[in-house]
Formats: sequence, C-alpha cells, structure tokens
Amino acid sequence: MNALEITNLTKSYPGFRLDGINLTLPSGCILGLIGENGAGKSTTIRLILDMIHKDAGTIKILGRDNQEDLCLTKQEIGVVLDDAGIPQFLNAMQIGKIMRYTYNRWSDGTYAGLLEKLSIPTKKPFKSFSRGMKMKLGIAIALSHDAKLLILDEATNGLDPVVRDEVVNIFNEFTRDASHSILISSHIVSDLEKLCDYIAFLHKGKMLICEEKDVLLETYGIVRGSAQELEVLDPDCIIHKKESAYGVEAVVRREQIPTGMKIGPISIEDLFVAMIKEAN
Amino acid sequence: MNILIDNKSGTPIYDQIYTQIKTQIISGVLQPDEMLPSIRGLAKDLRISFITTKRAYDELEKDGFIYTLQGKGCYVAPKNTELLREENLKKIEEYLDQIVQLAAACNLS
Repeated sequence: MNALEITNLTKSYPGFRLDGINLTLPSGCILGLIGENGAGKSTTIRLILDMIHKDAGTIKILGRDNQEDLCLTKQEIGVVLDDAGIPQFLNAMQIGKIMRYTYNRWSDGTYAGLLEKLSIPTKKPFKSFSRGMKMKLGIAIALSHDAKLLILDEATNGLDPVVRDEVVNIFNEFTRDASHSILISSHIVSDLEKLCDYIAFLHKGKMLICEEKDVLLETYGIVRGSAQELEVLDPDCIIHKKESAYGVEAVVRREQIPTGMKIGPISIEDLFVAMIKEAN
Repeated sequence: MNILIDNKSGTPIYDQIYTQIKTQIISGVLQPDEMLPSIRGLAKDLRISFITTKRAYDELEKDGFIYTLQGKGCYVAPKNTELLREENLKKIEEYLDQIVQLAAACNLS
C-alpha cells in the first residue's frame, strides 16, 4: 500500500501556482521533499492535511482520499509544522493532557519517554521555549499517538547538530516498522540524505523530479577537468557547469560520459543546487 | 558480522554492503545456511535507506550468495566452488586490466 499518493495536485494563488504535483510514498519508506523557500513545500503539506483547499487533483493518505473521513485519517498521522500551533501559556504536561483526549491511541508513557529523551522541560510554559525546543515538543507529540505516517514540515530546522542527530535517529527507529512512513520537507538534507528512500525536488510550484534516491545518485555524477577536457562532452548530458580560472566542474548524466573519464559521486544537495540553477 | 559504511568513498552504499557480505561469505565468517539480518533491520541499524539495503540483498541473491525463504528471511547459500572460481577469475581479469594500463604508461608492449 502507498502511505501517500498525490496526483495532479494544483493550487493557484495570486503570484504562485502549485502546478500538477505527482508524488507517491510507499509504506515503510521515507521521502524527502526538497525545495527553496517559497517553492511550494508547505503549500503541498497544507493541501495534504486539507488545511487549505485544492483547486484540482487527488490526495490519498494511507489509502483513503483526504476529502473523506479526514478526522479518522488524522488519528493515524503525526504532524510537525513550522509553527506548532500550541497555546503559549501551556506547559508540556498540560499539552499531554489535552492530547490524551484528542487522539484515540495517545500513549502517556510514550510521551513521557520522549520528553525525557529529548530533554524537554515539563513545567515550563511553551512561550518560554527556544525554537529548537518547540520543534522537539512538536516531534514528541507527533510520535505519541501510534501514527502510521509522519508529515514533517521543516521539522529539523533550528535544531543544533547534536539534537538533529537525535531526531534523525528517532525518525530512523520509527520506520523500523514496515507500516510506518515519513514525508519530510526541508531545504537542507545533508543529514537526512542517508535515511531517505525517495527524493522529490520542488521548484517554483513544479515537481522537477521525484525518484528513488539511489537512482538519482547512480544517474548523476560530477566530472572535473580543464575547459578543453570537458569540451568533448555532449552538452545534453551536462546539467550544470561551474567554471573557474583553474578548471571546470560539471554535474553530468553518467551514461552519456565517454568511458575512461573519471566521474565522481554527487550529493543530493549538490544535485539539487545544479538542477535549480539550470531551471532558472 | 561487521559492515562498515563509508559515506565519503565514491562507492555506492549498496555496493559496499554487497561486497562486505560477499567477502564474509567467501572467507567463511558467514557460514552456509546462517541467517542474515532482515533487510529493514539492517537498514535501520546502519541508518540508511531501506531500498539501498534491499538492492544489496537482491544483488547477492542474483549472484547466488544468499537465498530467501518467503516470510522467514535471507540465508547464506551453500558454498559453490564454481562461483568462487568465477569470482577469482573476475579478480584476475581486473588485475590484468591494471597491468595493461600500467604497462602502457611505461611504454611496455
């Protein structure tokens, strides 16, 4: 089964258009939705949760259309948005009490365990939390009601490297269960790159690419050399070129490179930057 | 069983897993019919993608080093001497390739 299936999703605002987005996230997998600020990541996530209404297209969450019984579906998804939307004066303990009556399968034990693991204070009001602390609390809530699908919008932004590592580890453990899936949006992926099974690039409301991560890493690579050495390359296979006085670095499609030429590996982040620069 | 992943090396991660498990099967560290960790379990223990790990197991199975029992798991295949010979021949071929390249660089014919 697919945890998430989006077909031809469209939404127009004055000055912005999310244009026919297609995306599939199979159960048990992690998909990284990557885009610049304003590319449409949050719009996509808000449409999935029906917080804003789509103009066209279909969204299926855990096999169910998001226009039917969304309340029921929401019991099975954990969400962390940019803004947690938690009342400022409540502390983590009080929030836990509210959540107990919000989610059918809320677990006080899991919640308490996560608060401790992520060192979140239980008695301090939410408004006194740092950005990282707010994010951590959001993550703890999202993981305490036995969700099948986690939807995370920029959830690791603003976290220091040590906490990021902890959080990435929690996401990793979450998908140890084959029925658990994660959709995570971000503009930085370096630490998530290893974990992701699928990668989607969103640019100015359009899906540039949505593919298995390994396929991307196998399809693209970097060739380095002098301007003359790279002249022999078919311009079609070059995604983007960085030229300096001392040489050229080109992001290329591997299969069209003549044998014998050395192709270096590329990171998802470098590939993303190259594709965006070329799309502009 | 040890598996060490190096993110910085240019070798694809699935290939690193494939090679390391294969080496341990050939050297006898992993015994015939020994059960391998589940694909998902290994992926999560190594903190890498599930699909990447599945790919490594698929390749190992395709090349006859492991076998799968539906619903049970993956196991080390009984040692196949023909397969080992082939592996070694492949290695010899690789070394010969390197020799040819080195020889050409030194103008040896």
